[in-house]
Amino acid sequence: MSEQTLFKVTVDGITIEVPAGTTILQAARQIGGEVAPPAMCYYSKLKGSGGKCRTCLVEVAKGSEKDPRPMPKLVASCRTTVMDGMEVKNITSEKVLDARAGVVEFLLLNHPLDCPICDQAGECHLQDLSFDHGKSKTRFEFQKRTFKKHDLGKNIQLHMTRCILCYRCVFTADQLTNKRVHGILDRGDHAEIATHIEKSLDNEFIGNVIDVCPVGALTDKTFRFKNRVWFLKPMDAHRDCPTCSGRVTLWNRGDEVYRVTARKDEWGEIEDTPDGEPGWICNTCRFDKKNASDWVIEGPREISRASVISQGHYSGKVGTTKPTETFLAVNGGRAPHLLMDIHDESEVNQQNIHLGQIQGPSHGDTFNKIENAS
Amino acid sequence: MGVKLLLDKANVPGIRTYEVYRREGGYRSVEKALKEMTTDAIVEEVKKSGLRGRGGAGFPTGMKWSFIAKPEGVPRHLVCNADESEPGTFKDRYLMEFIPHLLIEGLIVSSYALGSNDTYIYIRGEYAWITDILEEAINEAKAAGWLGKNILGTGFECNIHVQRGGGAYICGEETALIESLEGKRGNPRIKPPFPAIQGLWMRPTVVNNVETLAAVVPIINMGGEEYAKIGVGKSTGTKLISACGNINKPGVYEIDMTISVEEFIYSDEYCGGIKDGKKLKACIPGGSSVPILPANLLLKTAKGETRYMNYESLSDGGFATGSMLGSGGFIVLDEDQCIVKNTYTLARFYRHESCGQCSPCREGTGWMEKILHKIETGKGEMSDIDLLWDIQRKIEGNTICPLGDAAAWPVAAAIRHFRDEFEWHVNNPELAQTSNFGLQHYADPIHVPA
Repeated sequence: MSEQTLFKVTVDGITIEVPAGTTILQAARQIGGEVAPPAMCYYSKLKGSGGKCRTCLVEVAKGSEKDPRPMPKLVASCRTTVMDGMEVKNITSEKVLDARAGVVEFLLLNHPLDCPICDQAGECHLQDLSFDHGKSKTRFEFQKRTFKKHDLGKNIQLHMTRCILCYRCVFTADQLTNKRVHGILDRGDHAEIATHIEKSLDNEFIGNVIDVCPVGALTDKTFRFKNRVWFLKPMDAHRDCPTCSGRVTLWNRGDEVYRVTARKDEWGEIEDTPDGEPGWICNTCRFDKKNASDWVIEGPREISRASVISQGHYSGKVGTTKPTETFLAVNGGRAPHLLMDIHDESEVNQQNIHLGQIQGPSHGDTFNKIENAS
Repeated sequence: MGVKLLLDKANVPGIRTYEVYRREGGYRSVEKALKEMTTDAIVEEVKKSGLRGRGGAGFPTGMKWSFIAKPEGVPRHLVCNADESEPGTFKDRYLMEFIPHLLIEGLIVSSYALGSNDTYIYIRGEYAWITDILEEAINEAKAAGWLGKNILGTGFECNIHVQRGGGAYICGEETALIESLEGKRGNPRIKPPFPAIQGLWMRPTVVNNVETLAAVVPIINMGGEEYAKIGVGKSTGTKLISACGNINKPGVYEIDMTISVEEFIYSDEYCGGIKDGKKLKACIPGGSSVPILPANLLLKTAKGETRYMNYESLSDGGFATGSMLGSGGFIVLDEDQCIVKNTYTLARFYRHESCGQCSPCREGTGWMEKILHKIETGKGEMSDIDLLWDIQRKIEGNTICPLGDAAAWPVAAAIRHFRDEFEWHVNNPELAQTSNFGLQHYADPIHVPA
């Protein structure tokens, strides 16, 4: 194994070392949090994706150590590789935030905003993006463009009106399947995703286009209008599948399996299997195995605390599983009443002490002393 | 009479055929280049000439050629961009239609310099009849031994293939052109990698405009230094200008970049003045995507100096008070033309031609068109003008390819220089349907030569 060259890159003031050839976006994702630019079209598992939606634009304040000139334009962080000593401004740049607000406005221009009846609502990247960077009011006062709904095969429905033309499904159909039957027709704002002259998509892995779609343009017909995602309990499960890895997330309500998806990571991308391959799942797993008995359930799926799907669940895990940690365990064996008595023990409640003289709040030692004494 | 290098023989009867073209001194540069010069010497000569890309951006051609990667065992390609679709630009059509052999000659020399054995002409789909002319010229040249294997006994092989486009403006962008040439959807690629490293079929590729490649012929014939003496400053050589609009003599003119804009519009040698004795209102000097200039800023720069027909002078003052030479599509508007309508027409064009790949251009061009249509039909509001300005600002610079900029600049310039005309449209919606704002715009009276 030859040693990889490491490049130092600074994103929003945070420096990190990444291997040469890493994109700015991937470097920023390694730092994580708000520093990572949003991405609507880029998908790390799909070769050639990215660069189209322009939401991940960042400012390069310093090109590299050798050539410190800033880049004249904002660059798409998903397709620009880092240089040694590069300084990138994401949320610390006014220019970036302004451009990003513009992009969000453009993306929502012809988007129907039919979230109340859209199956993607709750796990939609466009919703997240407009929540973070959008405005509450539109300046667009014309009729939005609409398309008819199309069925792509018996299990997938295409609702072009919602599409933001990220091309992810095109890349998926191109790279995951052998036939090139899925692409873009026409151009400009009337461009549309289409299959080759009304041919349906019948490939064994084509269901993955639903998972990569950042909005509700491609939906699972076996799940359409069945339930809201935030009422469902996502559970990690697997089965012995002859075609794919069989590692999925089941979305249950009670004991009923409402839908099956691939496992997604914190960036909304499909997780790798333990052997490092992308965990695409086959159509059989996705559409046909809708009984809990088909699956070996591993446990609740981790969902981000920020997501509406995890609302009301304290542990960060979803579902009605009983918390394993009891109050006594958390509290070091002490009964809760000691906590309730905090004010009696605290100096704050002693009238003779001036508040300004208190050294600090009462802590464990204060309580333990009293407990031992009693 | 200015110097003519490209069109000097354009009026010779039968120049389209090989015999006449050869008799008039054609293919001399091929003999000189292949027999007497090394490939590096040709690139050096083009560098010395100061030739700048004639397609619009004005990038130095010699420098572009020197960027091409030369990995061992990988073929390189030269692609001639004949996808001339910019509204107002028709200089390449003229060149290819009347002296096709000049382009072929330039292509052979350039292919030799770049080491391209398979050279492509990507021609605009609507130029169907020119495809035939070019193919005939190629066959004639082949029969005479200027193309094919072992040209002039030097062992150099060159084949020229003509490929028709499907009629998309976007395919004039070099990476979209390459995609289209490969048989794919004409979407611009995300750069880097640049075509000089990975272009056609992921091989090193140079894409040049028709006029640029034709200009290589006089450069080789007369030498780069001699060529550089024509013109002024960094605008060397001659430039084809396709003049159209409200002028007496529309057409393609070859200029040597030392004449003033005023002379170009009013002299009988060129445009011959404004039609019907009307007054000049505005002009788009370099094809539809460059900023429009009102007459007072067109003839003189903001500093009060005379404006000349060259790269530097036309862009003097930046976009605030200047424009660009661009591709040389010179569109003249007289006092009866409505700037709002003109801008709407252009916005409609860019909306139609946007490839739809990246969101600011796909959605923004449509939005601008709708707002301009609203103002043009008398339903506009004052806030729409500011909104237009904001939209163009958010498109410009944030797109994959320059089409976003090209769509934003005309709108920006129209609002910048003719804001009062937009406001007049909003304030007088009914009057604006029947009459014209005319020349009320100018604080200073327009200078019209006697």
